[in-house]
Amino acid sequence: MLEIQNLSGGYGEKKIIEDVSFRVEKGEMLGILGPNGSGKSTLMKLMSGVLPFKEGTITVDGKQITDFPPKQLARTMAVLPQLHVHAFSHSVRETVSLGRYPHQSGWFSSWSKEDENSVVEAMRLMDISHYEKSQIDQLSGGEQQRVFVAQALAQNASILLLDEPTNHLDINHQKELLDTIKKQAIEKDLTIVSIFHDINLAAMYCDKLLLLDKGRIYRIGEPHEVVREHDVEAVYKTRVSNHPHPELPKPQITLLPNVKRDISSAQIRAEDFSISSKMVLYRSRVPLKTVSSAVVNPGSGWFRNFMNRHVDASYNIDNSLEEMKGFIEKNELKSTDTVGMMTAVQTRHAIVKEYEGTFGSVVIAVTAGVGNGVDVSKAVERTMHVGTINTWIMVNGSLSEEAFIQAMITATEAKTKALQQEQVMDPLTGTIATGTSTDSCLVAATQQGEYLPYAGPVTEIGKLIGRGVFECTVEGIKAYREAKKA
Amino acid sequence: MNKNFLAYIVSLLLLGGAIVLGVTIGTVPISPVVLFNPKFDETAANILWNIRMPRVVLAGLVGAALAIAGAAFQGLLKNPLADPYTLGVSSGASVGAVMTLFFGISLPFLGTFTLPVMSMIGALLTMFMVMGFAKLVDRSMKMETVILTGIIFSSFLGSVISLMIALTGEELRQIIGWLLGSVSMRGWPYVQMALPFIGIGSFVLWLNRRELNAMLFGEERAQHLGVDVKKRKLSILIGGSVLTGAAVAVSGTIGFIGLVVPHMTRLVWGSDHRHLLPLSFINGAALLIVCDLLARTIISPTELPIGVITSFIGAPVFAYIFFRQRKGGSMNA
Repeated sequence: MLEIQNLSGGYGEKKIIEDVSFRVEKGEMLGILGPNGSGKSTLMKLMSGVLPFKEGTITVDGKQITDFPPKQLARTMAVLPQLHVHAFSHSVRETVSLGRYPHQSGWFSSWSKEDENSVVEAMRLMDISHYEKSQIDQLSGGEQQRVFVAQALAQNASILLLDEPTNHLDINHQKELLDTIKKQAIEKDLTIVSIFHDINLAAMYCDKLLLLDKGRIYRIGEPHEVVREHDVEAVYKTRVSNHPHPELPKPQITLLPNVKRDISSAQIRAEDFSISSKMVLYRSRVPLKTVSSAVVNPGSGWFRNFMNRHVDASYNIDNSLEEMKGFIEKNELKSTDTVGMMTAVQTRHAIVKEYEGTFGSVVIAVTAGVGNGVDVSKAVERTMHVGTINTWIMVNGSLSEEAFIQAMITATEAKTKALQQEQVMDPLTGTIATGTSTDSCLVAATQQGEYLPYAGPVTEIGKLIGRGVFECTVEGIKAYREAKKA
Repeated sequence: MNKNFLAYIVSLLLLGGAIVLGVTIGTVPISPVVLFNPKFDETAANILWNIRMPRVVLAGLVGAALAIAGAAFQGLLKNPLADPYTLGVSSGASVGAVMTLFFGISLPFLGTFTLPVMSMIGALLTMFMVMGFAKLVDRSMKMETVILTGIIFSSFLGSVISLMIALTGEELRQIIGWLLGSVSMRGWPYVQMALPFIGIGSFVLWLNRRELNAMLFGEERAQHLGVDVKKRKLSILIGGSVLTGAAVAVSGTIGFIGLVVPHMTRLVWGSDHRHLLPLSFINGAALLIVCDLLARTIISPTELPIGVITSFIGAPVFAYIFFRQRKGGSMNA
């Protein structure tokens, strides 16, 4: 356990670190974040004993580090500084072996079995065993970095201080290195303090984060307490946006650059939709921010092309995603820039209408196939059938995150109302259907013009969506029934 | 391990060869047989054991001292151009020695050891001044800064020596000859005078072999690894200064041995100080014996100062290392 209390220090008379206190438990990893010049490296130097501190205490398991003789300190605390250029070269093995220095004593100190094992193990962990005989200056920056991490691991210390351990590493090696360190921390109950430049990496791997600003602690706590838009913006003086990690319960941030998007009048117009028997296609000149439950590129993203493709009712292909991507490419669109849906409905019956509001307008596009109506409130065993209502809501406006979700809710409610009006039945339960088994919805917005924070049913845009989706769905159902009759 | 074993065998063979050549070649050629059987030729044996052997041994000791000191200085300063000569330490030792002669100083209890001890003090003081000044100029102690500081101090101390020589008048030739570096006509007493200091200095450096390895990565890194940097640095500086002082006291300033030998040794056998130090010691001895042999035979019967030979080899190597450093980053091997 490492405990720092009221630590102050710096170079000469100048205090760079002021009144810093925190503690790191065994098995815990603390990440130090902060802009350039915030004192991260100075804090590290104070902690490692290289720079004498002016005030405060640093204790390891209750003992002051200033009381440790140099070798004992090195057996307790291993430090990985930032990489430097060297005048002479050692082999990889010689370099890693130096990590055993604090474990050797006496004039003729010999190389013990334990020394050998630690070195071999450290090289294995850092995946550098195969060039143990190479000279370090012949290795790439990333390989050198791993050699020095191995050197620090060979010290077998219970505390690891790392100064940007992922410097010079590609993303794979960043991940490998931090995975290894994290694993070591857990298995060997190490206490780890590491400086990070990359806030996202720090948030992913660290149990606690310390945000340093002008030599003082600005915020300390679990990643979700520290990686917050407001704090990061205040300390780093740059705009960021917060979002969750897709797999881990950790916050991540994204930079918001001051580069302006190309705002060459991006207007979504109903008449720009091309409708054929094969598909409904809308091609936007600028990417639209999109949230959808499509087949190709579902979820959220920025896309230029929107395709609702007609497939035969018997369409049944194992790898429908790949097939659909191929179809998109065949139509000379980029599959990475296209949201793709499918429907068994004749796409020439698609209803596309534009609804004007004061902020701009909303274009609604619906294809409705109600052959397999489902009453969602009745839990009945069902098999999946094609019979889809695909609803697109394309907004000429700037939607907030919650507006995207509210737009979907509003659209779904309107759709359900349309099904009720049209008396679409669930054949299994004999009640009015609320949708079909494979309905899909898409909300896209130009993110230009007026900012629309909400899109609930009583907002102006909500009203347009509600009315539009209702009307278009009703018309779509009618068109579908007409076609069935014919 | 094999490579290291080979390194010692090769180096020792070279040294043995150098010694045999050193004692047999000369104005009077002597058969190597005399080495093992003095009865074979009594006159030759006399020349060999009383004139040539002390000269060869002294050359060997001086070469060994300068080379191991150079290796240690280079490691400590992470500077491949550092050696007692380029750092100005040799000049400092010379000033100590010349002052002893000039003022006729004799320290109590030291007797004949006054000269080497004064040399060592001169060397150590110069070392501290050079390091202090270089640090004052440039905290990071860049290679060029340190060498430039060495040159400044060398020049200044050189002028101090010139001044003392000018004031002496008579013994001019002798002192100048000594200054250019020579191991001739010294005899066994000089060997006895230098041996203990060179032994102690080398041993002190050897005790710091691991620390030197760590310090190659910078003093801060060495501290992280558990090296007591202040203490070790001081002991390396003292060890190196003792060696330089002892070498200069018996042979004057002989340049570049401390630069060339560690460089060559590192190039062939690697830069692990556990072996670099002893190997530099052995190779330094061999090289200076050969240089001395060249100095006294190349335009025989006239003898060249040995410093002429070492500088003739050393300066181009110095230039080469400097070029490589500036062009290619660090030195390989």
